[in-house]
Amino acid sequence: MPEPAHSFMLTIHVNGVERQVQVDARTTLLDALRDRLHLTGTKKGCALGQCGACTVLLEDRRVVSCLMLAVMAEGKQVTTIEGLARGEELHPVQAAFVEHDAFQCGYCTPGQIMSAVGAIKEGRARSDDEIREQMSGNLCRCGAYTNIVAAVRDAAAQGG
Amino acid sequence: MQPFSYAPVADAAAAALRARAGASFIAGGTDMLQLLQENVLQPDELADLNGLPLAGITEEADGALRIGALTKLQEAADHPLLRERHPVVAEALDATASPMVRHMATVGGNLLQRTRCLYFRDVSTPCNKRQPGSGCSALEGENRHNAILGGSEHCIAVQPSDLPVALVAVDAEVLARNTDGAERWIPVGGFHRLPGDTPEIETALKPGDLILAIRIPAHAARWRSHYVKVRDRASFAWALCSAAVALRLDEQGRVAEVRIAAGGVATKPWRLPRVEQELLGHRLDRDRVRLSAVWASEGAVTRTGNAYKAPMLQHTVERALIELGGLA
Ligand SMILES: Cc1cc2nc3c(=O)[nH]c(=O)nc-3n(C[C@H](O)[C@H](O)[C@H](O)COP(=O)(O)OP(=O)(O)OC[C@H]3O[C@@H](n4cnc5c(N)ncnc54)[C@H](O)[C@@H]3O)c2cc1C
Ligand code: SF4
Ligand code: FES
Ligand code: FES
Repeated sequence: MPEPAHSFMLTIHVNGVERQVQVDARTTLLDALRDRLHLTGTKKGCALGQCGACTVLLEDRRVVSCLMLAVMAEGKQVTTIEGLARGEELHPVQAAFVEHDAFQCGYCTPGQIMSAVGAIKEGRARSDDEIREQMSGNLCRCGAYTNIVAAVRDAAAQGG
Repeated sequence: MQPFSYAPVADAAAAALRARAGASFIAGGTDMLQLLQENVLQPDELADLNGLPLAGITEEADGALRIGALTKLQEAADHPLLRERHPVVAEALDATASPMVRHMATVGGNLLQRTRCLYFRDVSTPCNKRQPGSGCSALEGENRHNAILGGSEHCIAVQPSDLPVALVAVDAEVLARNTDGAERWIPVGGFHRLPGDTPEIETALKPGDLILAIRIPAHAARWRSHYVKVRDRASFAWALCSAAVALRLDEQGRVAEVRIAAGGVATKPWRLPRVEQELLGHRLDRDRVRLSAVWASEGAVTRTGNAYKAPMLQHTVERALIELGGLA
């Protein structure tokens, strides 16, 4: 077993690319993505798990990256908002958010989209009620909720 | 966050070794990270339990369900046998946190979630639980979320987890392993402690004890059960009040066995024996349910901000029984 250490050379697979980065034991996955790997699409809101702005997929499951130590993602697959589009072609959920005007300031949007992608992958976006419940961990200060539900419904209908 | 060292551990013996050297455990990290960010906890070392083979749900030979301590809340909530046999547990998990948190958080960690008392999580204020002897800011302060049952003059903090409330209603037990390797079963109802004059001691665990599993006995599968959670918004919030009910009716439709526990209102998952007693032997009709539920807040001590919880508790228990009995 490795001895306890304060600093680590971390290997993670971000958006399909293997990345290595030196992190302190205290570094959250969110800070590693933003400050070390310069993937600033993932946002920091509360840093306490309560707003969902930092949502990413870890091994295809939605997580809040602010409540995870980066070292605990060693060897794992992470998908961020930057990893959704194929070249110039938006991911269906991204396209649905544009189509439905599902944002105002846009700060919560990467987290909303990652959460929606996760919910659709999990097969949990089958009705408006279910979408509302499944998206309840993603807060929107601008109150774009109605359009967010419409976008997720549309994207889910197209198979996400 | 203060600096700490980190290492994964591969088995229970290695976890015990690190704990003896002063390490704290981390599992899903969802409460630990909040407490680290707020400097409420300042461990020297974290031992990551995720390498231990303690995830997953299995059925034992006698029909009991064994839930490994590292099972994620979402995985437990989705388990077909758990959903079918113990709806109260599945419903409590469905109503816990957000999907993201449920994908990270473990059942073992959920039993050990620390209180949401504002002062406990704000290091600039006195709090006996965080800093023994410093005083309790909640007694005369902002106590809307604090306990009306089980408190003491030293602490009125609510144990905020939903899962253990449901587990009390199904007679579940916790398997713990101490640093010498000895294992013991602790009923969930006896797992959390009353604050008394040592609110910093919260459970029956000793330092370094590892939770290995939770076990729901086979007999609980004979009970119908249900969980009702009342919160400030429709979803994604800790309970202001909750009720877990499990019961069996005899052939005449009379209550033959019943367990009721309340959450959000007490310093530990709060069994309601007087309400149970009032129901035993009676048919579940609206009058009997209302007359019984009145006893839910027996012994409550309320303060300026949380007096609303006494009637809310009665009504939550009443609603849980009405919905379970199909009396709505
Ligand atoms: C935004 C948000 C909303 C939430 N809402 C709710 C809610 O509505 N209802 C609810 O019940 N909970 C809620 N929670 C709390 C969440 O369920 C808990 O934080 C979680 O269950 C803790 O589990 P974990 O694995 O993440 O524990 P960690 O944070 O890793 O650990 C918590 C504690 O348990 C100890 N520990 C963990 N596993 C073991 C083990 N196997 N043996 C011994 N010690 C162990 C750790 O040392 C630590 O002290 C919410 C959390 C967040 C962030
Ligand atoms: S109620 Fe308990 S946790 Fe809250 S301030 Fe008082 S001592 Fe601290
Ligand atoms: S920044 Fe992670 S949930 Fe708010
Ligand atoms: S669009 Fe502004 S916070 Fe959601």
